[in-house]
Amino acid sequence: MQIPCPLCGLRDSREFTCKGHAVTLDRPAADAPPEEWHDYIHLRDNPAGPTRELWYHGGGCGAWLIVTRDTATHAVHGATLASEARHAG
Amino acid sequence: MRVEGRGLIDRNTPVKFQFDGRQVTGYAGDTVASALLAKGVKLMGRSFKYHRPRGVMTAGSEEPNALMEIGTGDAAIPNTRATVQEIFDGLVAQSQNHIGPLDRDLMAINDLLWPFLGAGFYYKTFMWPRAFWEKLYEPVIRRAAGLGRMTRAASPERHEKAFAFCDVLVIGGGPAGMMAALTAAKGGADVILAEESAHLGGRLLSDSQQIDGIDASFWITDMRKALAATGRVRVMTRTTVTGAYDGGSYGALERVARHLPSMPDLPPECFWRIRAKQAILAAGAHERHIAFPMNDRPGIMLAGAVRSYLNRYGVAAGRNVTVFATNDDAHRTALELQSAGVKVAAVIDSRVDAQAQGDYRLIAGAQVIGTKGRHGLREIAYRRGSRTDTLITDCLAVSGGWNPAVHLTCHLGARPLWDAERQMFLPRPDAVPGMTAAGACNGAMSTDACLREGLAAAKVALKALGLATPRGLKPPMADDRAGACETLWHVPGKGRAWLDFANDVTTKDVAQSAQEGFRSVEHMKRYTTQGMAPDQGKSSNIAALAYLADTTGRGIAETGTTTYRPPFSPVSLGAMGAFAQGHGFAPERHMTSHAALTARGVPMIEAGLWYRPSYVPIPGETTWREACDREVGMVRNAVGVVEVSTLGKIDIQGPDAGAFLDFVYTNTFSTLPVGRVRYGLMLREDGHVMDDGTTARLGEHHYVMTTTTAAAGQVMAHLELVAQGLRPDFDVRLISVTEAWAQFSVAGPLARDLINTVLDQPIDDAGFPFMACGTVKVQGVPGRLFRISFSGEQAYEIAVPARFGAALYRDLVARAETMGGGAYGMEALNVLRIEKGFITHAEIHGRTTAYDIGMGRMLSPKKDFIGKAAAQRPGLIDPGRERLVGLQPVAAAGVLSAGARLFSAGDPQTRVHDQGYVTSVGYSPSLGHMIGLGFLRHGPERIGQKVVMVDHLRGLRVPVKVVDPVFFDPEGGRARG
Repeated sequence: MQIPCPLCGLRDSREFTCKGHAVTLDRPAADAPPEEWHDYIHLRDNPAGPTRELWYHGGGCGAWLIVTRDTATHAVHGATLASEARHAG
Repeated sequence: MRVEGRGLIDRNTPVKFQFDGRQVTGYAGDTVASALLAKGVKLMGRSFKYHRPRGVMTAGSEEPNALMEIGTGDAAIPNTRATVQEIFDGLVAQSQNHIGPLDRDLMAINDLLWPFLGAGFYYKTFMWPRAFWEKLYEPVIRRAAGLGRMTRAASPERHEKAFAFCDVLVIGGGPAGMMAALTAAKGGADVILAEESAHLGGRLLSDSQQIDGIDASFWITDMRKALAATGRVRVMTRTTVTGAYDGGSYGALERVARHLPSMPDLPPECFWRIRAKQAILAAGAHERHIAFPMNDRPGIMLAGAVRSYLNRYGVAAGRNVTVFATNDDAHRTALELQSAGVKVAAVIDSRVDAQAQGDYRLIAGAQVIGTKGRHGLREIAYRRGSRTDTLITDCLAVSGGWNPAVHLTCHLGARPLWDAERQMFLPRPDAVPGMTAAGACNGAMSTDACLREGLAAAKVALKALGLATPRGLKPPMADDRAGACETLWHVPGKGRAWLDFANDVTTKDVAQSAQEGFRSVEHMKRYTTQGMAPDQGKSSNIAALAYLADTTGRGIAETGTTTYRPPFSPVSLGAMGAFAQGHGFAPERHMTSHAALTARGVPMIEAGLWYRPSYVPIPGETTWREACDREVGMVRNAVGVVEVSTLGKIDIQGPDAGAFLDFVYTNTFSTLPVGRVRYGLMLREDGHVMDDGTTARLGEHHYVMTTTTAAAGQVMAHLELVAQGLRPDFDVRLISVTEAWAQFSVAGPLARDLINTVLDQPIDDAGFPFMACGTVKVQGVPGRLFRISFSGEQAYEIAVPARFGAALYRDLVARAETMGGGAYGMEALNVLRIEKGFITHAEIHGRTTAYDIGMGRMLSPKKDFIGKAAAQRPGLIDPGRERLVGLQPVAAAGVLSAGARLFSAGDPQTRVHDQGYVTSVGYSPSLGHMIGLGFLRHGPERIGQKVVMVDHLRGLRVPVKVVDPVFFDPEGGRARG
């Protein structure tokens, strides 16, 4: 698998580590109800198909990326910088 | 028997090698199999289970019979296919799986017991008594069955790993592959052409053909030159593409020096990872055997292999050859042999309407129904209609048609498609994204069709790459006859009919599997072990599933194939894991003091990838405890020096650096004065402790954070996620400076005295109090000084740019030794911190909270921070949780052990009564007994109570007292002194 890092170009997946779904970026407000925090911290979908994930380019530029890829085909559709993400979707 | 005028061997270069202790002479270009066949050696091995005499069946990597041990001693490689292994002077080959000489194998008794040794016999026969299985039955069965032996020693061979990148990877160097490679290169693509054997040409090397009106061998030479002339084709011979993986990556094994006498400068093998934008599979086809009775004798070979031995190696596989075929293609065998002067006894063709293509005896509409000759074929019996007859023959060339080599198209999970008309499995289009199949592996069975498909596949690849098809490139004129073929999987009759020769699986085993309910092809495979030998069923899978389909009354398409998985042919673990052994297993990180420590003979211990000193013995000390106790006393009474550069150091700068730290730490750093250091606690978002450490404020917008050695990488990634993803609104920048600074802890009552000997401007307690920090000059070098303590003593950490680290370390240690101090190691460091109740990752192991370690008050109520919401969940602040306490044995000589469990006095010492566990222990020379840290339910409420420490593993039951985690100097006066 290769990931198109917006800073480094197309790089081998072994330079990256995955942190699961990109919903991690949608951190609830400090005073959000416990259910919302529970959902944020513990509950994740397990999609067979397209998904958005956080990948860390630790073996490269150190950027956190939002990678869109397909868990069924392993196809990588693209990557954007987490720092430029709109916190939605 | 050699045939004059044929073959690619060099008859001017004789090569001497050994087979089973005898010297054999072949020629350069021979394989072990061709050289032995040339000498009339037909018996090359014994079969897996029945110890049947076996000879070579194929001329390629799909060989199931002629498996040999190559080499001697620890470097011997078992299960090497004699059909692939090229000979060189001094090569040593041994046949496998026999007791006594190959031709008088004592285990051949198994062949007489065959009715009792069917599929799964060991599950049914060796049931009782149960204890005998492991001790007696299994070792005996394993001794009797099997192929090569593994040497028990580590292999001395050193392989290579390498990476390659290309626009187009062409897999297979036959006519289709060469045509594809040339077209792609002429279109402007960078091409790798991987060919499994030593020469380009594929089947053209085995069959006499003309291309563009010239002999195929001349055409191959022209093509090789044309490929080189493009400047874009890298031809990799002796290279098997073993697997197709995601994203256009391919694994390939290059046998770099397997064909050469030992060459110290060359690796035997190189495992390649090839990244290709497009791939063209031109892997050819494997010829089908036919399951007729007693079809496994030495001398029974595939018809195409007989032609390969004749035309590639100049070897006649027999003196009087019979062909048994279902197709026109195999008739070439008779013609080729005749033209080389070899006698052809007959061609037996199963088709009633078969036509002779030359002047030989054709027996049409007939089938072979039996064979004779224990160590080599002597006679066959055949049936034509209701009549049976026999033929004297020493070689039977069999062809049941061809199976396209679809393997690589299935490696990403696709199944091949059954073409009912052509009666073959074909690759599913788009089975591997970016891969196009061409030639025989795609069902093209004439040279003309192969060349056309090669060209067409290259056009597909060029289009995908955005390159134009080169003008004026036409496929050359070639033989366009594919020939008719009928399907014949099985000839019924008396006697066993082998499907999988390598694992001794017969039609009877497959029938039994179906009868016992294992009707799925995957179940049949597991039940019979068909396809599980080193050849992975290349010569048997299709025949076995076709026979299963017949037996179960289903079609072949419905029965389907088993799963094709990489590798296509065996890859040695040594090549796949090249370098990953011994010192190459993992990178090593060395501190600046590494050379000084190892020169003293200091034992180093691993801390992640780092190596740190365990203890620093002086002459006369014989145990680690002696050194450790002395080092602890040295720090408590004089001064000790240890390098702490392994701790993560993260430079944090920007106007929002303070706010950023407030968000990642539970406590507040924006209020920390410049020139001061603060201890910080960091949580994960789930409320558990991630890491701890100190952070110094060097300037208004400049902090330096230290992390633990273990969590340095994790914390860096975490901080980056917060800065980039969670709080991109903060104006802050981070960089790891762990390797940039060499940092030393100088600890003990004489620490300041020692530090002042190396500082250009001396410091005093008032000007540089506890938890102060600042820039200093160390003998002219700009450095940093932090007054922090992990030992509870007066202590400093002094940092200089890493290139000065080695010098400063030697200097500090030398000066310390004149003051009654010296270097200390991790064992002493650990005892010192346990005496002070300081935690490490033994305590913050991922399941403990700030509340558990007694730091609940460090969770600031005034701000949001990572982990705040979760840390407030009732379950994480329950007083009944396992919470940090100090532990000491009731009796001074009592022993504590890390990992032991804690129980209330009087409770049964079983899991349900568990009260906690011990995390860190050490012998405190300061207190004269062992001390420990651990977690105990209601811990802090139970200080003063007695509990029982139980270590079932070491057989320990020790009464211990629950105490405050700070054993030494609880007021902390020494660190402030």
